Amino acid sequence: MQSPRLVIIGNGMAGARTVEEILARDGDFAVTMFGDEPYGNYNRIMLSNVLAGVEDESGIFLNDLSWYADNGITLHTGTRITRIDRAAKVVYAEDGSATPYDKLIIATGSRAFVPPIPGIHRPGRGYHQGVFAFRTLDDTRAMIRYAREHERAVVIGGGLLGLEAARGLQNHLSHVTLVHAMGHLMNTQLDAEAGATLQRSVEKLGIEVVVGAQTTEILGKHSVTGVKLADGRTIGCDVVVVAAGIRANADVAQASGLPVERGIVVDDQMRVQGEADIYAVGECAQHRGETYGLVAPLWDQAKVLADHITGRDPHAAYHGSRVATKLKVAGVDVASMGLKEPESDDDETLTYAEPRKGVYKSVIIRDGRLVGATLVGDVRKVAFLMQAFDRGLALPEERAELMFDLGGPPAEVSPAEMPGDAQVCNCNGVSKGAICSTVQSGCKTVSGVMDKTRAGKGCGTCKPLVQRIVEWAAGGEVEEDPAASWYVPGVPMPKPELMRAIREHGLKSVSAVFATLVPGGKEDAKSKMGLASLLKMMWGGEYEDERDARFINDRVHANIQRDGTFSVVPQMKGGVTTPAQLKRIAEVAEKHAVPMVKLTGGQRIDLLGVPKEKLPQIWADLDMPSGWAYGKSFRTVKTCVGSEFCRFGVGDSTALGIALEERYQGIEGPGKMKLAVTGCPRNCAEAYVKDLGVVAIDGGKWEIYVGGAAGAHVRKGDLLATVDSADEVITLTGRFLQYYRENANWLERTYAWVPRVGIERLRKVVVDDADGIAADLDAAMAASVAAYRDPWRERAEPATPGQFRTSLPLVLLPQVPVR
Amino acid sequence: MSTRLGSVHDIPLGEGRTYAVAGEMVAVFRLRDGSVRAVSAVCPHKGGPLADGQIDAEVVICPLHLTAFDLTTGCARGDLPPVKVYPVTVDADDMLVIPSEVLL
Repeated sequence: MQSPRLVIIGNGMAGARTVEEILARDGDFAVTMFGDEPYGNYNRIMLSNVLAGVEDESGIFLNDLSWYADNGITLHTGTRITRIDRAAKVVYAEDGSATPYDKLIIATGSRAFVPPIPGIHRPGRGYHQGVFAFRTLDDTRAMIRYAREHERAVVIGGGLLGLEAARGLQNHLSHVTLVHAMGHLMNTQLDAEAGATLQRSVEKLGIEVVVGAQTTEILGKHSVTGVKLADGRTIGCDVVVVAAGIRANADVAQASGLPVERGIVVDDQMRVQGEADIYAVGECAQHRGETYGLVAPLWDQAKVLADHITGRDPHAAYHGSRVATKLKVAGVDVASMGLKEPESDDDETLTYAEPRKGVYKSVIIRDGRLVGATLVGDVRKVAFLMQAFDRGLALPEERAELMFDLGGPPAEVSPAEMPGDAQVCNCNGVSKGAICSTVQSGCKTVSGVMDKTRAGKGCGTCKPLVQRIVEWAAGGEVEEDPAASWYVPGVPMPKPELMRAIREHGLKSVSAVFATLVPGGKEDAKSKMGLASLLKMMWGGEYEDERDARFINDRVHANIQRDGTFSVVPQMKGGVTTPAQLKRIAEVAEKHAVPMVKLTGGQRIDLLGVPKEKLPQIWADLDMPSGWAYGKSFRTVKTCVGSEFCRFGVGDSTALGIALEERYQGIEGPGKMKLAVTGCPRNCAEAYVKDLGVVAIDGGKWEIYVGGAAGAHVRKGDLLATVDSADEVITLTGRFLQYYRENANWLERTYAWVPRVGIERLRKVVVDDADGIAADLDAAMAASVAAYRDPWRERAEPATPGQFRTSLPLVLLPQVPVR
Repeated sequence: MSTRLGSVHDIPLGEGRTYAVAGEMVAVFRLRDGSVRAVSAVCPHKGGPLADGQIDAEVVICPLHLTAFDLTTGCARGDLPPVKVYPVTVDADDMLVIPSEVLL
């Protein structure tokens, strides 16, 4: 049977991207593409770099001709489609050819908007000599050629494109004036003050800027000699570049009777309104009244269209995009998202301006959510703001933190400013250059780059920076990692959906999850540990333990070290020990020649450098319970001496610490859980920077802080509650940990999870029981507590053959005889 | 000529174990589909014990820094040299067998 014929009109970023998405879904089509320009497809965003001379033409091509051949795509370049016959399902080209289709995609993009200024055209010749639009590669080439031989340019249009053109032209001629009809630059994205700030920065670069200037005439008889403004002024020049905006390219659609308003009207499947087999995507499409002139919405649209047309997900729907942009405009950092000005009296607006530095920031907040932000000159907070804007995150109480880093993590550097050899990942020694070259070799997802370079795979603190560099290196072409929202990389579901499916199907082992929930039943090594933890949390004693689903630490109940040996940490509840216990530990260390005995940060004694095969013997000799210094689980409760001996202590922190550790020892979670109880606000046990920290305050009360960290990230915890008794602390601790266990992403520590959910929300659930689930949380935690078994008891009877056999030649192994 | 490493049942399903064979350390894995794979036991990155890594049908992940290696080709998923791959089979007595010539 013949594959259905798919015809795409337009070979630009939208058309080619859509075809890529269709191919990625194994869409079975005979594909024909028509491109107006005589090239394969290229990254139009990069044209300003070509103009500025920082990029070669060859560097901006996305797919060369071999891509079309390799994928069996018939490409007609330099061929303009003039008419669609919807009834006969045929498209007609300028050259007279007729091409039948079963499905048609219109991706004609947009064209430069050229205002009807007298003198801009010459009858029968197109643009006047010296006048250029800035839209295509040919435009750019012609502009460069012409500009080189001339001296003065006027750019009409002070939007993004105009600014880029002006900056680029500076490389080719000595004087550039930017003429903008509106009162301030980039008026679509920026408010007046931001626009004025940008203007000052641009002027510092040597570009003359005239705002509020309507161009009324292009002067010159044989070629351009200047432009005339409405106020009578004339500006002499020999090059005019028109960058006054873009308009959807919908002529073909209109001529063929399709519905066209500002663009071709499409529904949520990107299908042209009223048509069964015609789609439109990209800048030429109008969805729910909006047309988009940016790349990100185009990707969203291409995915939906591909899902729908290939039948992969017939109900895929595009719901519009929230537009956020971050750009370097003519050398100045600019970011904008959402509203540029407040819309109602209730909107909260914060503004910061430092005109001499060229810095302007404003954010607009409605009902505690970010609805708009503008940054000029300093975009260090843009990553956070974009996330908050996209996902509707809870905002910091201290609103100034939206604009500045207040004693928090070090300021963000902009990728553009970093030298190529700057080390980005300090754990694995990965440079900015290594990340960029990985992106240039075609790897355009953040997770892909992390896999290839190992950047961000150590402590993880550099991940946001890695992401920014990938975004920057990909020039706005960064691909969204579909797995970003999944709980584990190998099962295509976010956590709530995954938990629902696990319950629905009664899946009690990791292999059952793969078999049931992954297409093709494919297992995934990187997902096993996260799934094992989740299943154990959900099913408790009913969980079917498969040892291969565990990380090595959890298979041998010790922490693997750099030489393949392990560290042994006996339990020492609340950091309290006895002479007898100390003596025993000392004897065992001596007997087994433990290379290093060390105190841990969590007030335990660590026996380091123990070979795997010695573990059972050491545990037996110690005859103490495991201190859980491994695993994504409840680790320790650090304490101070509190009221027992301390002159200042107001609460018995030691007793409470021991009680907490006794109850919650070894409980698994999405990340490790480190706790502390301190006897007074002097904080000797560092409770303010723990996943859960308890602080005794005067009057017999206890404060509970959550979401603190003093590791790779440093964060003071948020006050969850102040309670009157140790019992209440124990209950709320269990409830909080259970809610964390059920809701956090895999490997998401509380310092990330608590701010993501918001402390107010957590307080409502955990303390006020606003959702009515407190009893369930308590019961689930109680079940986990009841199912606890000390793993070091496995010493007597290994769980699997060779559980403790060495994996390295740490000791000489018997050689297997050769027959 | 070939070398018998021991019973396949010494390796739990989905795990790996290390064997010393003719002076080399070889990590042998028993996949969940019952088939076996063998690669050099030492991660070329920082010497991690690959037999302690987690596996699926395609890769083993070094437990030290989570580099993945293809169990069939030995290629690293990432910018590292490959690990050596050994042809390992299970004979009629359920014994793991590696042909001797590949060890030389």
